[in-house]
Amino acid sequence: MIDTTSAPLTGPQGPKPRKPFSRRNIFLYGTLITIALFYALPLYVMFVTSLKGMPEIRLGNVFSPPLEVTFQPWVKAWSEACTGLTCNGLSTGFWNSVQITIPSVILSIIIASVNGYALSNWKFKGADAFFTILIFGAFIPYQVMLYPIVIMLREVGLYGSLGGLVLVHTVFGMPILTLLFRNYFTSLPEELFKAARVDGAGFWAIYAKVMVPMSLPIFTVAVILQVTGIWNDFLFGVVYTSPDNYPMTVSLNNIVNSTQGVKEYNVNMAATILTGLVPLSIYFVSGRLFVRGIAAGAVKG
Amino acid sequence: MQNSVEIKNLDLQFGAVKVLQNLNLEIGKGEFLVLLGSSGCGKSTLLNCIAGLLDVSGGQIHINDRNVTWAEPSDRGIGMVFQSYALYPQMTVEGNLSFGLKNAKLPKPEIAKRIKHASEVLQIEPLLKRKPAALSGGQRQRVAIGRALVRDVDVFLFDEPLSNLDAKLRADLRVEIKRLHHKLQNTMIYVTHDQIEAMTLADRIAIMRGGQIMQLGSPDEIYGQPINKYVADFIGSPSMNFLEGNIKNGTFEMGELSIPLDGYEFGDTGAATEGAATMGIRPEHVVTGELVESTPFQVDVEVNLIEPTGSDTLVDCEVAGHHFRVRMDGQSRVSVGEKLRLGFAPARASLFDAKTELRL
Ligand SMILES: Nc1ncnc2c1ncn2[C@@H]1O[C@H](COP(=O)(O)OP(=O)(O)OP(=O)(O)O)[C@@H](O)[C@H]1O
Ligand SMILES: [Mg+2]
Repeated sequence: MIDTTSAPLTGPQGPKPRKPFSRRNIFLYGTLITIALFYALPLYVMFVTSLKGMPEIRLGNVFSPPLEVTFQPWVKAWSEACTGLTCNGLSTGFWNSVQITIPSVILSIIIASVNGYALSNWKFKGADAFFTILIFGAFIPYQVMLYPIVIMLREVGLYGSLGGLVLVHTVFGMPILTLLFRNYFTSLPEELFKAARVDGAGFWAIYAKVMVPMSLPIFTVAVILQVTGIWNDFLFGVVYTSPDNYPMTVSLNNIVNSTQGVKEYNVNMAATILTGLVPLSIYFVSGRLFVRGIAAGAVKG
Repeated sequence: MQNSVEIKNLDLQFGAVKVLQNLNLEIGKGEFLVLLGSSGCGKSTLLNCIAGLLDVSGGQIHINDRNVTWAEPSDRGIGMVFQSYALYPQMTVEGNLSFGLKNAKLPKPEIAKRIKHASEVLQIEPLLKRKPAALSGGQRQRVAIGRALVRDVDVFLFDEPLSNLDAKLRADLRVEIKRLHHKLQNTMIYVTHDQIEAMTLADRIAIMRGGQIMQLGSPDEIYGQPINKYVADFIGSPSMNFLEGNIKNGTFEMGELSIPLDGYEFGDTGAATEGAATMGIRPEHVVTGELVESTPFQVDVEVNLIEPTGSDTLVDCEVAGHHFRVRMDGQSRVSVGEKLRLGFAPARASLFDAKTELRL
């Protein structure tokens, strides 16, 4: 055996000691705390205001917690607030948004993932040109397309309907999602694709049985991107649908900007938080999935 | 002997880059052919062409007397094993093995039978329910071989299957692949960088360079009668010593030294050629000590450097101004600066034309 004992060590050894209040730490944490407050404070104000009654709000203590907690503003925002002529609150808009978001997200992700897979693995003729055009599409300002799409939708009879808006969202999600999926699939080992071909799997079998099971992380990213993007969309919603089909963001705007009566700040705050709740919960739910997905994807071929 | 794989006038180019040029190769039934060459010479490309994973730019590929140039990879009767294993990470070992069979719509009992057989042959039965992530490198590669095995194909293609493994495991699996070949007796085409793998496994070795086959022959031929200086230099470790000089009247003259060429078999003409030439002599063919007396050519040198490797000791010295290495037994005691008498038999050397670098 080799002798492993030795004389006691002198001089620096083990972990290097660090001062808790070094200038670096003060600067670092100071910046982080300031930025966190900057973002958290408005949220706090919104939340406390939504729980106050109007008389209390008129006192003007914006930062103080509610003296008397009331959920009336939330109920009103959800089901009674008036948007123009009707007084159904946000609920109609919410269900419209659900009906817009779910099919748009599913459709756009399925199509874009197949696109990305075809572009990265089956290098068909003209694939590069197709990809360039698609990427170029990502940089065209939406405003340029607004009116031509109105005409196109009108011609196919989808103008003003939920289906039309779903179509628009699906199409506009295409460039960025295809790029996302293509880059992810390109990063997967090419030999897996070759092995699957030798094993006799065709285009769809390789997609469904080999590629998709390995792609949970990128699907999660795509879902987050699409749900938040489509849920928060205002422009397309207001342009391409009729008042019956307005998504939640448009309803929110109509409630907050309604000119009749007094401004009910508590109702407005509650309505705003309600509208933001879906993207927020998506982050919470899929954030954890995302981490798990990455861990599962870390398995090397 | 019937041919299993025939490659006729194969061309392959990526855009303007010609990777394979007019390549012809015939591989017999049950033969173990090793493709050996430096990085980027087109070995993987050739293998991918045979597998049908790349569309060829010209020429034909026949497998079992069937023209498969346009056939799908799965219809060619080949199985392929990749360097990175390429196991489907989300499927179990069993799922990996059965994937190809399910795609071929084989009946369930048949699939089960084949998996059982393959896992017995490769000794992976206890692993069937595991995911690839829970396997060691050697086990993964065995599963990858199993995936080719279950498909019951005639031709196995290996693309550097062992190069991700550590040295000891590589040696073990090498033996296992050799045993597998003895047992199955199917055609194997095997790409490697590793000379030892090539020498031990191959029935024939094809040395590739720049998309062409330089020499095709048994390991003995490749080692003993390299067709040109490149092959001579490429094969063997430590590599061959080269001495430059002139051939005149049946002797190789190099400054003051002259080496008689009695016993050297000249190719083509059979007669001694004259003119500038390079002599190649392998470090392991140089003798020292008492044996020197029996060799036709002897020379005194001074030891410049020694590299003990355990089993052998490599000695660096100079012969007529050329760097020269000698392989001695690991037990021999030499030290730097010592004088040493070397001898070798020109019959075991190789002579190359100085200009064309072809074997004389
Ligand atoms: N898709 C491609 N496009 C352009 N050139 C390519 C492509 N694939 C391979 N090549 C080129 O073809 C040549 C041969 O590549 P190949 O992979 O067959 O080499 P190899 O002999 O297998 O090398 P290695 O031993 O490193 O694996 C290389 O010079 C490489 O740069
Ligand atoms: Mg290669």
